[in-house]
Amino acid sequence: MNAHDQNHAARPNAPTTTYLYDSYDAAFVKARVEEFRTQVARRLDGSLTEDEFRPLRLMNGLYLQLHAYMLRVAIPYGTLTARQMRRLADIADKWDKGYGHFTTRQNLQYNWPKLVDVPDILGALAEVEMHAIQTSGNCIRNVTADQFAGVATDEYEDPRPTAEFLRQWSSLHPEFSFLPRKFKIAVTGAAHDRAAIKFHDIGLRLRADDAGAPGYEVIVGGGLGRSPFVGKTVRDFLPRADLLAFLEAILRVYNRFGRRDNKYKARIKILVHETGLDELKAQIEAEFAAMDRAPFAYDAEEFARIAGFFAPPPYEVLPAGSPALEQARRDDPAFDAFAASNVAPHKVPGYAIVTVSLKPEGGIPGDATSEQMRILAAASERFGFGELRVSHAQNIVLPHVKQDELQALWRMLAAAGLATPNVGLITDIISCPGLDYCALATARSIPIAQAISRRFADVDRQREIGELGIKISGCINACGHHHIGAIGILGLEKRGQESYQITLGGDPTLQASIGELLGPGVGAELVADTIERLVDLYLAERRPGERFIDAWRRIGHARFKEALAREGEHGADI
Amino acid sequence: MALISDGKFVEDAWRRLADEEAIPPSGKCVVSLGRLDEALSTLAPGTPLGVLIANTADPAALQPHFARLALIAIAFPATGDGRGFSLARLIRRLGFTGELRASGRLVADQATHALRCGFDTIEIPAEIAGRQDAAQWRGAIDAYGAFYQQGYANRAAILAERRKTSS
Amino acid sequence: MAAFKHPQILLASDLRDGEVLFLAETGWVRDHRLAQVARDAAAAAALESRGKAELAANKVVDVYLADVEIDAGGAPQPLHYREKARVVGPSVRRDLGKQAREPEEAR
Repeated sequence: MNAHDQNHAARPNAPTTTYLYDSYDAAFVKARVEEFRTQVARRLDGSLTEDEFRPLRLMNGLYLQLHAYMLRVAIPYGTLTARQMRRLADIADKWDKGYGHFTTRQNLQYNWPKLVDVPDILGALAEVEMHAIQTSGNCIRNVTADQFAGVATDEYEDPRPTAEFLRQWSSLHPEFSFLPRKFKIAVTGAAHDRAAIKFHDIGLRLRADDAGAPGYEVIVGGGLGRSPFVGKTVRDFLPRADLLAFLEAILRVYNRFGRRDNKYKARIKILVHETGLDELKAQIEAEFAAMDRAPFAYDAEEFARIAGFFAPPPYEVLPAGSPALEQARRDDPAFDAFAASNVAPHKVPGYAIVTVSLKPEGGIPGDATSEQMRILAAASERFGFGELRVSHAQNIVLPHVKQDELQALWRMLAAAGLATPNVGLITDIISCPGLDYCALATARSIPIAQAISRRFADVDRQREIGELGIKISGCINACGHHHIGAIGILGLEKRGQESYQITLGGDPTLQASIGELLGPGVGAELVADTIERLVDLYLAERRPGERFIDAWRRIGHARFKEALAREGEHGADI
Repeated sequence: MALISDGKFVEDAWRRLADEEAIPPSGKCVVSLGRLDEALSTLAPGTPLGVLIANTADPAALQPHFARLALIAIAFPATGDGRGFSLARLIRRLGFTGELRASGRLVADQATHALRCGFDTIEIPAEIAGRQDAAQWRGAIDAYGAFYQQGYANRAAILAERRKTSS
Repeated sequence: MAAFKHPQILLASDLRDGEVLFLAETGWVRDHRLAQVARDAAAAAALESRGKAELAANKVVDVYLADVEIDAGGAPQPLHYREKARVVGPSVRRDLGKQAREPEEAR
């Protein structure tokens, strides 16, 4: 903490493991709330037309959906305190219908706010250092990061200081708030990329140069949607001190030359594709070289100030293993199943990372009731320094649990329906809200997830199948990330009915691949059957230790297509 | 069109010249880019001259004429089209010190974006001015004390203000 | 003008709370069964025109016509599954949507 921070008294019970607002941050968020309050009033009195108001409300995360407005609250880099989680629960009860939905970009959505209540909701969020700034609109969105940041065993550097630095830099940016389209940035600092950086407009991979100086590999032009692309490296190594300036250069080139004639061709991935990588790199570097860098002279200092907030919590010194844990696993098969799937190794001896599944059998992926949110908050305080994370898989992470206390935590979760032992398994399905909620959707997605979840509910069977990511999108916009699911499902309309296309072989990690289509779509009632036949082929053919994605890569797409050809029916219909 | 300067509606000292009108020797008119060469050759150096450019104009092509231009207006065809903000930045970077005017479909909520990117004045259709009076423009401009970004005009940068407090 | 294939009703979203509204003769209603039905192109155009006036008056947003069929009770029922979804609410949370409430009278 430097002299500046000593001017701002620490609040009681505030965790020291994540960024705390200073007076500037607090004033900024407060001003944003009042600005939106005025904007709503000006919309209601007609000073602003809907066309004028729409981009303004989107920049505050407010959508109009099929049944109601939807408010998307930002959870920067997926990190939350217990106090913040409780506030989310309170908001759900006071202004919504008692629940919220955690999203594939680590945010939270409320599905039933009234426009006239949103300023008060934003005010309630601001009190706990939260907001809905730029969670929608043609601007820079929530910067996402690894949900295991700071605690993963394969982590090279914590990505969250970078994400926080970029959050501030991108908030109400005067030049980049009316871009051709949305702009998403993700940061990873680990060998295993849990943030899907190759599928973002800008992906940043923390690394050092040969001299050990800190910096980034900068990857541009990844994305999903109608035309999925894997991002391409525009800079192998960017020194940390140049991060904001270089990103400004990229954004300026995009703002000037990104297409604005066609919504489906307006992302930077299209600009990369149509301009050519070498030419676009040259334009970015030319802009970077021409910029006045003087304003960025103290960025390294500011970065260090921010990084200081992400200190490790006061871990106890513990032995590496926990005999109590091992015994508990031997004694209790249900707990053992939970420990096998929902617990990941922690870089500090004696600790563990727990992923709480929000995918109960037959449930709505990512939904949590206000009561469950409060239990999660309490669990984080009892078992983990009051800190939680939201993962891209729409689950909640408790990142600092003592191995000795895992069983006690599990019992607390089990009592609240939060102990489903399926993280990373076939029923840990990622699904967008789909046509049940979303105005953009062409088909429902949640009932498909529910059907698959019920079909594969048996825990032993799930463990036998092993790691298998199913991702479901209810329309071509791909918010369910179906392109990068080992099994992807896309809901479309065919001849006036909902129809589901299935893809195989997607991979969101640095191994990055986009799923391949199995064939024309099938009706909703056939999806679970189809998945079952694909799984059966995998189980029959796999080699020891081979995950579904590995087997698919080895066996080949054609074999899976064959497996679905049905005798005696209109066989081409898959 | 209505003109906003310093958060107030003001009389426009400039006149937008229609393409078929002759260029007056006293200048003080804003010509479309296609007539700039004609205006430069017609008018005596030092005569106030303004030009209206599209938000896709090439700033480098305009730079040689900066010394002769008292005003550059950049068109904003739609509120969602932010290209003018980048173009303004580049024009300032290339050394233009005259009046930079954002002209077109902007709402009050974009006033600070314009000012921070280097615009001096904002020109909007009467239809927007009719709905968004001076109080709304003033209110929007005053809504924030400081913003985060460094190197932009009009407002303190939070990232810079922090350093002051700590030193 | 394209051939008029199905009767139509007009949908919109309430500006203040975002709920689905249907245009009836007397004004906006929340129960689709009370919506005014246009049985020819001229009537549909009239509905749309009234809706757009309401949009300009800042009462509603997102105004559009949707095809319906008339059920045995004489009430309009949307044909496309998207509008059916708007009428019934989320299929996966039947306690939250419109059918969980009593039908309301015209506003």
